[in-house]
Amino acid sequence: MTMLERMAVTDQPLLRVEGLTKRYGPRIGCADVSFDLYPGEVLGIVGESGSGKSTLLSCLAGHQRPDLGRISYDGRDVLAMSETDRRRLSRTDWAYVHQNPRDGLRMGVSAGGNVGERLMAVGARHYGEIRGKATDWLGRVEIAADRIDDRPSAFSGGMQQRLQIARNLVTSPRLVFMDEPTGGLDVSVQARLLDLLRGLVRDLGLSVIIVTHDLAVVRLLAHRLMVMKSGRVVEQGLTDQVLDDPQHAYTQLLVSSVLQV
Amino acid sequence: MTEHIEAGAYTFAYLDEQTKRMIRRAILKGIAVPGYQVPFASREMPMPYGWGTGGVQVTAACLVPEDRLKVIDQGADDTTNAVSIRRFFQRTAGVATTEATTEATVIQTRHRIPETPLKAGQILVYQVPIPEPLRFLEPRETETRKMHELEEYGLMHVKLYEDIARHGQIATSYAYPVKVEGRYVMDPSPIPRFDNPKLSGNPAIQLFGAGREQRIYALPPWTEVVSLDFDDHPFQTSKAPHDCDLCGAQDSYLDEVITDDQGGRMFVCSDTDFCEGRRAKGHAGRLGGDQKSSKTFANSFEGIWPGTEGAR
Repeated sequence: MTMLERMAVTDQPLLRVEGLTKRYGPRIGCADVSFDLYPGEVLGIVGESGSGKSTLLSCLAGHQRPDLGRISYDGRDVLAMSETDRRRLSRTDWAYVHQNPRDGLRMGVSAGGNVGERLMAVGARHYGEIRGKATDWLGRVEIAADRIDDRPSAFSGGMQQRLQIARNLVTSPRLVFMDEPTGGLDVSVQARLLDLLRGLVRDLGLSVIIVTHDLAVVRLLAHRLMVMKSGRVVEQGLTDQVLDDPQHAYTQLLVSSVLQV
Repeated sequence: MTEHIEAGAYTFAYLDEQTKRMIRRAILKGIAVPGYQVPFASREMPMPYGWGTGGVQVTAACLVPEDRLKVIDQGADDTTNAVSIRRFFQRTAGVATTEATTEATVIQTRHRIPETPLKAGQILVYQVPIPEPLRFLEPRETETRKMHELEEYGLMHVKLYEDIARHGQIATSYAYPVKVEGRYVMDPSPIPRFDNPKLSGNPAIQLFGAGREQRIYALPPWTEVVSLDFDDHPFQTSKAPHDCDLCGAQDSYLDEVITDDQGGRMFVCSDTDFCEGRRAKGHAGRLGGDQKSSKTFANSFEGIWPGTEGAR
């Protein structure tokens, strides 16, 4: 079943966002953002620094509380949920990949422990099974099995990012938030990581919201694209459509600013 | 230590009545919510942090003139910490003291639970250095409180996982984390994990005081306390695989004592009261035949190290 077919069979959005607004005092973080995200869909959010993409992502992921608006996940109102439920959701059904792997990993805990943490957090109490799953996931993100007892501080930047992805995906989440997952990596490592992400997203049928300023990343990964400027969404549509035929002046500027090698 | 304290120089048991009242309220709250760390306004005590300031404050708040106090440090009644805290309460409260576990009504302890089973009516006060079991895994206090609130204890198992991954078994041998009544994960203070089973279903009241960290927590009598583990790596107690060399006990927790620089060593009960009680009943271990008490044994080392004469 291709992605489009899978999207066609589910007509209920997984995540529905309506009129989301977050202010920092008199300043706008993001304003009046609305979109639907369907199962298996990858939504890219692009924009320059300070355009509110990270604010939007942290509001969606529950790290910050928006001032206005509604977020419903799978038919449940996320903002009305108790904190217990929201935190349970964010360590089972949701995942968050930080830009800097050091923010998302426990640097003092071995790679296996990092991957196993989410399993133990949801009640896994069998060491052998936890270790088996951790080994499996390290393999899926192309980390050699003999590195399972090494700490992430002994890993390269690209490996740390892949470890962070394994740690997030081990509980089979349905919705993944990614904040510049390829930021700070050199281009060849970026390419490998993108390749890996694309494979995982396709195989697992993940819904992903990916925030980046790198248009190449969204071109490769995202089905749909949202362009933000000064806290507002100025244009959204299918990725290829937005990138090949930008309508808004800012999007045209953004697309034309990409350096051609 | 025996000189008379002038009337009015101290209130009974050093702390003023309002402070004791505040500590008792924290203790009662702790008993009402077993395993929950209750903040309290810890006072400066006339001893450094790390010497049991939390335990001393809890003991002071519990003592009544009729009490008989026992103080142990690593199981021993005659080490510096135990002796100085016992003297402190002799001076400031004038209560009777004892070394016998069975006679004591209040026992302040550092790092051990007595071998002799406790009875209903006794109070065991632990000195706690770091009350937060999640501290070394999650440095933010705001976050650990949230984790307790929401019962998010997966991280505790990450620590045990790391132990097994690195050492092939759960290598945490003291301060072994426990879950109280299926709710709060608690640090049982740095007692050896050998003592963990004694926490559960104990007829005595167990109180934990952390002075620097300003926390009190408690286990009321007969509380269910379970040591955390994995299904395929169950909790096990551990002790040195020897018998006590003085009293021959096979089931007590042992200290290893180096006796010379030729590799000589002996294993003795860390609970001195238990060991002497057994020897008084005629039990003897490998080296215990000549009726040496642990005190005279310890004194027999005097003069081995240069410089000790000068200090005396």
